Amino acid sequence: MRGVTHARGAVCAVAVALAAAGCGGGGSSSGTGAAVLSSSWGDPQNPLEPANTNEVQGGKVLDMIFRGLKKYDPRTGKATDMLAESIRTEDSRNFTIKVKDGWTFSNGEKVTARSFVDAWNYGASLRNRQKNALFFGYIDGYDKVHPARGEQTADTLSGLKVVDDRTFTVRLGQKFSTFPDTLGYAAFAPLPRAFFTDHAAWLKKPVGNGPYAIQSYMKGSQMSLRKWDGYPGPDKARNGGVDLKVYTDNNTAYTDLMAGNLDLVDDVPAAQLKNVRSDLGDRYINTPAGIIQTFAFPYYDKAWNRPGMEKVRTGLSMAINREQITETIFDRTRTPATDWTSPVLGTDGGFKPGLCGRACEYHPEQARKLIKEGGGIPGGQVRITYNADTGSHKEWVDAVCNSINNALGNGKACVGNPVGTFADFRNRIGRHKMSGPFRAGWQMDYPLIQNFLQPLYYTDASSNDGKWSDADFDRLVDRANAETDRAKAVTLFQRAEEVVRDNMAAIPLWYQNGSAGYSERLSDVALNPFSVPVYNEIKVS
Amino acid sequence: MGRYVVRRLLQMVPVFVGSTLLIFLMVNVMGDPVAGLCGDRQCDPATAAQLRREFGLDQPRWQQYATYMGNVFTGDFGTAFNGQQVTELMSTAFPVTVRLTIVAVLFEIVIGVTLGVLTGLRRGRPVDTTVLLLTLVVISVPTFVTGLLLQLLLGVTWGWIKPSVSPDAAFGELIVPGLVLASVSLAYVTRLTRTSLAENKRADYVRTAVAKGLPRHRVVTRHLLRNSLIPVVTFIGTDIGALMGGAIVTERIFNIHGVGYQLYQGILRQNTQTVVGFVTVLVLVFLVANLLVDLLYAVLDPRIRYA
Repeated sequence: MRGVTHARGAVCAVAVALAAAGCGGGGSSSGTGAAVLSSSWGDPQNPLEPANTNEVQGGKVLDMIFRGLKKYDPRTGKATDMLAESIRTEDSRNFTIKVKDGWTFSNGEKVTARSFVDAWNYGASLRNRQKNALFFGYIDGYDKVHPARGEQTADTLSGLKVVDDRTFTVRLGQKFSTFPDTLGYAAFAPLPRAFFTDHAAWLKKPVGNGPYAIQSYMKGSQMSLRKWDGYPGPDKARNGGVDLKVYTDNNTAYTDLMAGNLDLVDDVPAAQLKNVRSDLGDRYINTPAGIIQTFAFPYYDKAWNRPGMEKVRTGLSMAINREQITETIFDRTRTPATDWTSPVLGTDGGFKPGLCGRACEYHPEQARKLIKEGGGIPGGQVRITYNADTGSHKEWVDAVCNSINNALGNGKACVGNPVGTFADFRNRIGRHKMSGPFRAGWQMDYPLIQNFLQPLYYTDASSNDGKWSDADFDRLVDRANAETDRAKAVTLFQRAEEVVRDNMAAIPLWYQNGSAGYSERLSDVALNPFSVPVYNEIKVS
Repeated sequence: MGRYVVRRLLQMVPVFVGSTLLIFLMVNVMGDPVAGLCGDRQCDPATAAQLRREFGLDQPRWQQYATYMGNVFTGDFGTAFNGQQVTELMSTAFPVTVRLTIVAVLFEIVIGVTLGVLTGLRRGRPVDTTVLLLTLVVISVPTFVTGLLLQLLLGVTWGWIKPSVSPDAAFGELIVPGLVLASVSLAYVTRLTRTSLAENKRADYVRTAVAKGLPRHRVVTRHLLRNSLIPVVTFIGTDIGALMGGAIVTERIFNIHGVGYQLYQGILRQNTQTVVGFVTVLVLVFLVANLLVDLLYAVLDPRIRYA
């Protein structure tokens, strides 16, 4: 033992001598005086186009440099008018949208009706292969500009018409009463002409109409955003700017925060959850985000789709001790789910705690009974498939399996089935190669109950990975979408959700929280329902 | 000499083609990379097809490889999924990793050889035993432990360095990461030098040199060290390639945006173009480093001649 301590000392001493010599040269741009904060970031997976960004790292930037027709309130998640002066409809299908006067992009160009129509047409067109194109799928003419197969036969959506400088009309393919509330999503952002005329230059340094403008962008390393003084909106930046720094490993970001080298970490690593309260005290935030984790089932596999299986699925759900797992594995950064939506919707928006009832509670005896009644687990064993590369999925899947095994009194009732990479995992789901339940995480696009149900459980919907299909559910969703009264629409969606419950189409596990930690320099730090820090409200001292 | 070099260069061609083909196939075995691009949601089939066409993934494997190699020879390494040219990624990543490697190799040479000479000349003395023990410890502790420990101690507890390296990655910032990266090899270099030196110390030519009455430092530097360094040079030469490719752990700990970072991200996102491109360049570095090592032999030891 003595040898070991001795060695450490010697190695450190050498390092110290060298570090001290090398330290003087570093540390240049940090103390410039203007109140700029630094924040951890990940390299965006796709080019930073609004309709091409579907993950949170790129979304962070879009949230700072763009403002759309609507904006979701960072606290309540409610959609409020931003650039929209009015959005009118008589029939929930034809909308007339008037854009507010006085808005410009940070390069001085006016934001007009055309800025929106051009951007949406660009996003929808198959030629531009935008990954969020499907958000324009409700608009009339989408099948022409983005056919499921073959060449596109039109360049622009026939449902979009510019009326005058500040007015345009949208015609949808079907009734969709809450369509205006979806317009806060980043894909619906307006785009300046420069985006189309000099696309390469725009990608190097995107220009938008939000409270921040990009000062410099070193791809893969760092982006410096500065407050745009000419921003006309009500939510002006309360700090001088934000430096986003790319971290490969969120542990390093956390270490940097501890060393005072970074101001804000918006993803506290799982390994640090135990210490974070003692490290940061009240500078640690842990608030609900619009994310729910579930297990989906392969309904294309007859074994999982025959009558009576809903009992087996419900039984499995009752064999999972959600309380214990969220407590021990996640340190309460997850909350046991009792419905299929998210607390961020609020009860007015459709969140209904307890909708799942007994089926989402831990009742081992009843679980055993239900599974037996339903004809037992297909093949005698549940194999839960998940991707093992990120998000400490292995730990909780193993915990879930332990819980199921204990409840059923069978040590081999459940095993985890890890897949190496996320891409391969998605690949297998896409090719319908799942032989049992698989991990399904859903991060909402916009805070509407519709977004938690329709894309996931509607027949052949975009994220209905298990290919679940139920005529009653589809009918109720259609009726809800056609309903102009918001409260009534929500009730109809909740009835559709009850159909999901009665069939246990997917097992809800827990609602995910967003977590962040920040330095003593910052105040007024909060996470919005998308678990992105509300940068413009942060104050730097 | 010239003919030897030409022959070695020609031998590199099949090695190069073979290794790139292997990497290409291995990366492709991981499956369809487009599936992972749309997050927790199925890419809509039309967009996915369009993306596959753009990246040439709809063609048969051999044709993909042929097109890729054709492009590589014109200096085009393809486009990563985030829309950046792979050459652009390389131009930012390689200088950083090269700097890190230089720092690491310097540590190996300066500290490793010095300690090796010190212990080789004083075999069995307390200095020798202490250093031997130290190297044993360094070899047995994994790099990520030393890395995280130094980061925590120097970066957080004592605050002497910044725990992470800035995007510029100047030499000064790379000293601690370089030391961590070099630590294990450094210990090997020390031991290698020590053994080699201790062995040659008893050689006839050393005795002759001493008998001639040459001063001690001349005996050591001109006669003893020059002959003893051959295995050390071989080791350091091959280590250059290993350091560049093996920096993944160190680069992750200190958040250095070099080759290791790009490779890691490329593998995670199944980005064929990035992974194959970077590994191809690493293969070249390996081959060239090996050739240089072989040529250095002749300089160090006059008995070795290349025809």
